[in-house]
Amino acid sequence: MAKIQLNGKKVIIKPNYSLFNLLEKYKLAGKKVAIEHNGVIVPKINYKKKKLKNNDKVEIVHFIGGG
Amino acid sequence: MKKDIFKVAGKILKSRLIVGTGKYKSFSETAKAVKASGADMVTVAVRRVNILDKKKPILTDYLNPKKIIFLPNTAGCFNSEEALRTLRLAREMGGWKLVKLEVLGDKKTLYPNMLETIKSTKTLVKEGFEVMVYCTDDPLLAKKLEDNGASAIMPLASPIGSGLGIQNKVNISLIIKQSKVPVIVDAGIGTASDATIAMELGCEGVLINSAIANAKKPILMAQAFKDAVISGRNSYLAGRMNKNYFATASSPVKGLI
Repeated sequence: MAKIQLNGKKVIIKPNYSLFNLLEKYKLAGKKVAIEHNGVIVPKINYKKKKLKNNDKVEIVHFIGGG
Repeated sequence: MKKDIFKVAGKILKSRLIVGTGKYKSFSETAKAVKASGADMVTVAVRRVNILDKKKPILTDYLNPKKIIFLPNTAGCFNSEEALRTLRLAREMGGWKLVKLEVLGDKKTLYPNMLETIKSTKTLVKEGFEVMVYCTDDPLLAKKLEDNGASAIMPLASPIGSGLGIQNKVNISLIIKQSKVPVIVDAGIGTASDATIAMELGCEGVLINSAIANAKKPILMAQAFKDAVISGRNSYLAGRMNKNYFATASSPVKGLI
């Protein structure tokens, strides 16, 4: 198990969990989102490759209404 | 007559009205208002996904980015770093290169911080972005933005969400006269006639959010803005009559009984 910070909240994940697994967990796979992993933007093609470690910081963003 | 085309960063837009998607009661109302406005470009903000509620509807369920041009903005960013981070994420999200930059300087007035705005514009242009820039109505700073590669100059009419309309027509006119890129009035428009005035001054377009979303009947107001922008543009193209201090009779004097 690993403890990560996702969008400012503590989340417990299974070992060997990828960013893609994380997107699936929140029903966001295939949606228009972007991910920042420890302050670095991750290109979509690396979502499966990028595994999460203890204390990682992840931000998942999307578009909302705005002026 | 030459066809009147509105082109921003190489993109041809059918409508000179760009609308924001914030402040609506629901996504359904947002979608209806956008449709009624006839806009083919909408601004959107970048924010954290709500991970606590997986079933909550999201904007893209209601507005299809394949059918309407999304213009990601940096609303809420108070320095260059935050703005750049936001737009880089937006680009990763869907390949958006055309973005709206706004770097705010003061929480109460939401007045743009032009030093940070110019700095951010330089960096974004270097990184291959096409940047439409929210700015003050200072002609010198507007020129500076254009010199640094801005794709459109977007001076405020008055503070964001204030509904006060165009407070400095002279400055907006000076910016229009000197700019080679489109000038689009952004922020502060309160009602449809304000948009007409902006278009009559010679703006290439207007960006409206609060004036539509905060109207009592937003969808009807969206329609009103659509007509107002078309009227203002036509009026500008038609060229207004000269102003005179004294009357000139409309009916001929000859043949008077």
